[in-house]
Amino acid sequence: MTIALTGPRAVRLRSLRPARPGVVVAVLFLLVALLAAAWPSLFAGDPLRADPLHVLGAPSGSHWFGTDQLGRDVFARVVHGARHSLSIGVSATLIAVGTGILLGLLAGLGHRVADEALSRSFDALSAFPLVLLALLFIAIAGTGTTSLIVAIGIALVPHFARVVRAQTFVVRRAAYVTHAVAFGATRPRLVLRHVLPNVLGPIPVLAVIGLGEAILLAAGLSFLGMGPQPPSPEWGAMISEGRGYLHIAWWASVLPGLVVTATIISLTVVGRFFQRRFEGRELA
Amino acid sequence: MITAVLRRVGAGVLVLWAAASAAYLALLAAPGSTVDAIIGDGADTPGIRAQIIDEWHLDRPALVQYLDFLWRAAHGDLGRSYLLQRPVSAVIGSQLVPTLKLAVAAAVFGLVLALVFAIFARRLTSVIGLVLVSTPPFLIGIVLLSVFSFTLGWFPVSGDRSFAALVLPAITMGLPIAGTLAQVLREGLDRALEEPFAVTARARGLRERAVLTRHALKHALLPAVTMLSWSFGVLIGGTVIIEQVFGRPGLGQVTVQAVNSSDLPVVLAVVILAAAVFVVINTVTDLAYLLIDPRLRRS
Repeated sequence: MTIALTGPRAVRLRSLRPARPGVVVAVLFLLVALLAAAWPSLFAGDPLRADPLHVLGAPSGSHWFGTDQLGRDVFARVVHGARHSLSIGVSATLIAVGTGILLGLLAGLGHRVADEALSRSFDALSAFPLVLLALLFIAIAGTGTTSLIVAIGIALVPHFARVVRAQTFVVRRAAYVTHAVAFGATRPRLVLRHVLPNVLGPIPVLAVIGLGEAILLAAGLSFLGMGPQPPSPEWGAMISEGRGYLHIAWWASVLPGLVVTATIISLTVVGRFFQRRFEGRELA
Repeated sequence: MITAVLRRVGAGVLVLWAAASAAYLALLAAPGSTVDAIIGDGADTPGIRAQIIDEWHLDRPALVQYLDFLWRAAHGDLGRSYLLQRPVSAVIGSQLVPTLKLAVAAAVFGLVLALVFAIFARRLTSVIGLVLVSTPPFLIGIVLLSVFSFTLGWFPVSGDRSFAALVLPAITMGLPIAGTLAQVLREGLDRALEEPFAVTARARGLRERAVLTRHALKHALLPAVTMLSWSFGVLIGGTVIIEQVFGRPGLGQVTVQAVNSSDLPVVLAVVILAAAVFVVINTVTDLAYLLIDPRLRRS
């Protein structure tokens, strides 16, 4: 016979249940990536030191990921590249989340006309493929890391704005909001104290998944040469640089590419795990 | 029925207008004047400046220029390239076919592969889908290129001269699409297999595979087709990167060159064209739904 567990104790018990191995691996990988971004010299040496005697060397004990066309250690470049790639992704996601919350709140709480106008602009923005929207911005603002970050941020705004708008519509009808109005709460207080915190629920999870998307987009754009310029190690740029030597040294572009993939998969796995937790589906 | 059709077409036109306007607005906000952009690295004298202003009608009010832009765009005239001094439609037109060919080939391959995954490897679809969706498409391209072109020599390394040159790029772009579609298909199949008609079919003694392909698949296919029409826009965006990997001619090459040389009319035209393709395909899908599902005609 099984005893149905309910109440706070049950919730605690369930949350103690071990997560699936995939999630554990993903979290560990992300922690290592974060550590590499914060303190790269802990893992590897100088990413810029060229060694003309060991050009395009295969992966070995001394060079785990081999060396590139200038004899630089690919592993060291991947490790140091974590700071570039992750910070581009995180900054772009922060821009998208911040702008998305602001516009979503405006659409959800504003006048019907404002809502209609904003919602249509989200639709219009979503009609552009992300890559092209970002390229349009870069064509106007010029290439470079800052412009890359803003371009990706703008491209991802509609995603968050829509969710916040939908949440706002739910929250503004909730009893605690009508009660706050009845108690005479001022409008700023109403928005900041009662609406905003309750609108934000799904945002962290979406931001984690969105971060994966931002990193993917950043890698693609810097692969096209729109991001940080050589010799700074950035994952997309490394894949692009190594491409010219693909027929003799696959590792110089494929191995950095696998690290990008692993990062995005980990972010998605962790994001989806918390999404299920959030929606209570993981309990079943 | 007619109101439902008109409403969907109207919504499509509205989104397209908003998209074109947003892109044009972004152009106006560009730092530096249009004259500077046209001159580029060329000779810069007051005489040439006056000539450019006159030739490009830059002395008119911004609103007039905007309305003129909309009017021309509606007639398929997307302006002139700053750099090449040719109509944008001529620059883009010749490159459109290779890109569309690639996008359609990728969409077909993606759909077929998704069906294979969803029917024959249902348990694995979520893992396969996750990996395919998370891998940067250009990495897939690079790996395929290094294995099948450089090592085995089965396919040409670059260009668009034969059907063989289309295979690897189409697979590269089709794989992520297949990943997404397989997940949507699987969810649809799981839902359909719990419906009463699936139980009935099983009760009639049909094997599980037959229940799946003959009964459940029809229901699962609809959301997948919506997804496919949605991802066609993503495909057009994806060609920009994949054409670079495989050295194929097409819109992507034109776009990257235009971005690098700040040839804004060309970038603007490609962006609006991509939005138009997206809006048209989604409107057509919406209309097809009206034909398939009578319930939607009423609202």
